[in-house]
Amino acid sequence: MQSGVFHTNYAKDMQLRPTWVMRARLVLLIAFLVIFPFVASVYWLNLANQIMLFSITAVGLNLLIGFTGQISIGHAAFVALGAYTAALLSTRLNIPFPLDVPFAMIVAGLVGLIFGLPSARLKGLYLAIATLAAQEIVLWFLKHLDLFVPNVGESISLVPTWAHEQFLSTRARADFNYYWVILFFLSLVVIFSVNLVRSRVGRAFVAVRDQDIAAQVIGVDVNRTKLIAFMVSSMIAGLSGALIAHYRGIVNWERFTVDTSVAVLSMLIIGGLGRVSGSIYGAIFVTVLPALLTQFGLLFRDILPDVNRIIPYVQQGAFGLAIIFFLIKEPEGIAKMWKDVKDYFRLWPFSY
Amino acid sequence: MENFIQLTISGIASGAILALVALGFVLIFKSSDVINFAQGEFLMVGGYMTYVMLAWVGLPWFIGVPIAILLSAAIGVAIEQGILRHMIGEPIISVIMVTVGVSILLRAILGLIFGNAPLAFPDFVPNYPVNVLGARVGVDKLLAILFSLLLFGALTIFFRRSSEGIAMRAVADDQQAAMSMGISIKKVWAVAWAIAGMTAAVGGTLLAAIIGGVGLDIAHIGLIVFPVVILGGLDSIPGAVVGGLVVGLLQSYAGGYLPPQLGLSEVAPFVVLVLILLVKPYGLFGTTRIERV
Repeated sequence: MQSGVFHTNYAKDMQLRPTWVMRARLVLLIAFLVIFPFVASVYWLNLANQIMLFSITAVGLNLLIGFTGQISIGHAAFVALGAYTAALLSTRLNIPFPLDVPFAMIVAGLVGLIFGLPSARLKGLYLAIATLAAQEIVLWFLKHLDLFVPNVGESISLVPTWAHEQFLSTRARADFNYYWVILFFLSLVVIFSVNLVRSRVGRAFVAVRDQDIAAQVIGVDVNRTKLIAFMVSSMIAGLSGALIAHYRGIVNWERFTVDTSVAVLSMLIIGGLGRVSGSIYGAIFVTVLPALLTQFGLLFRDILPDVNRIIPYVQQGAFGLAIIFFLIKEPEGIAKMWKDVKDYFRLWPFSY
Repeated sequence: MENFIQLTISGIASGAILALVALGFVLIFKSSDVINFAQGEFLMVGGYMTYVMLAWVGLPWFIGVPIAILLSAAIGVAIEQGILRHMIGEPIISVIMVTVGVSILLRAILGLIFGNAPLAFPDFVPNYPVNVLGARVGVDKLLAILFSLLLFGALTIFFRRSSEGIAMRAVADDQQAAMSMGISIKKVWAVAWAIAGMTAAVGGTLLAAIIGGVGLDIAHIGLIVFPVVILGGLDSIPGAVVGGLVVGLLQSYAGGYLPPQLGLSEVAPFVVLVLILLVKPYGLFGTTRIERV
């Protein structure tokens, strides 16, 4: 049984995974992620891709809300900007797939920076409402994109990328290829975020969240920190947008409404605010829950003939209930539950 | 000129409904610091309640509508007691998200019962056109303005004269002082949510009567309520009324005079919102709180 942390040098103190149990879990996780696409069906592969795409957005938003304490209810707008930038660059300028991703990130990041500017004057609620307005304005811009870019219809269809083409694109193969592409970018984002929050900038984020006046007193530039948080988190949203655009092959503003922003927010709440891993747990929960409900509902197809009509509402209701349940019963989310489970076994049989 | 009068009256009518929704929103925020993202869904619930009372139960409107309003008030109180009561002292993001959860749940429940398609609303409100200053205007819009005015008048008397109303104003002014005077804050919260449910039910019924149908998309008005309350000030009841009228007129004129393919009537309120937040964050009539940001 572990009785405490006894580090003898700084290198050990800085380790992300100090114990062999943690390292073993990491190896198991990597093994699972590598084996998964070879054994999973197309359905689950597709679901895994959705989870990872949402995870990227959620991890980015967590940097802003969970670590810096700035609420954004309009994050889907930045995902949309990333998606549209990638779509326009690849259809109009023929920029090949991974090369348009940085541009998508830059566009989303810059717009995020602009909409982060009110954070210098606004706090809490007012900032949340400002981001909501930002979402509506960006969405209006994208809806009426044909005023600014000639010949853009309601939605943009992308040229299939090498990831689609390599295996002559049956859908299964595209999912398989994109699994690796998205996994690569998700890993980058996670490694970046985990390290960012323990760097100087990340500590400034947490200082601004916990007590902005005290942060200013010890020399943190509060406004600059908030703007960095807005920009980094919008850039990550833009990255996920670009991936979504290429993965789906079609970009349409209807996918990026306030409902999407709310879905990402609920992932943070359900997974656990202020923990990078929490965003991923939340993304898994919010994506898998409706899928499971559908599977479960289809079992009753013979008894209830109009089950197909009911399922969407049951999914929606379960989603709403899950948000309410977690906020009331476990505000720190799945990450806290998982920690409690780990603590139980670590301290067993002397749990006091 | 005729066009102008038509746009003005329909702007005032939708502004009056917006003001009703904003009023409930502001009351909840004033008394308990909760931002209610489910206000649009309250409106939707109110509309459906009236629909059930008139079309399913078959009551005449002068009995059915009051019952629907009371039921909506009861739902407001139930949500406050059952859910929001647990959220006291939680961070803003949690309170916002719990009301978002409520809104999703309400939409799901109503969708499950009534289906996705809009239902034809019983036309108990006459909607023949009448002549106002030379312009033809639907009488339902005039009635919406009239009913809103009546409700505002009743609420003003409530806040000025009744002890519950005065208690609510005291709590909004200073919660601690009100508590030490023996005012029950929990009761005030319940009353605030009941009034929010009531005004939303009236708004929902009027809106459904004007549109001629009740559907899940009525809840979209819940987003337009944010420009209204920010413009007027988050904690100001006169602000809710003025903000509602300004936004209603703005949407009506933007929809009537500017090219319709721009869709500016949807986005104009939010542009105004951002401008107000940058220039005067506490709105036209809101209490200015001096704090470091």
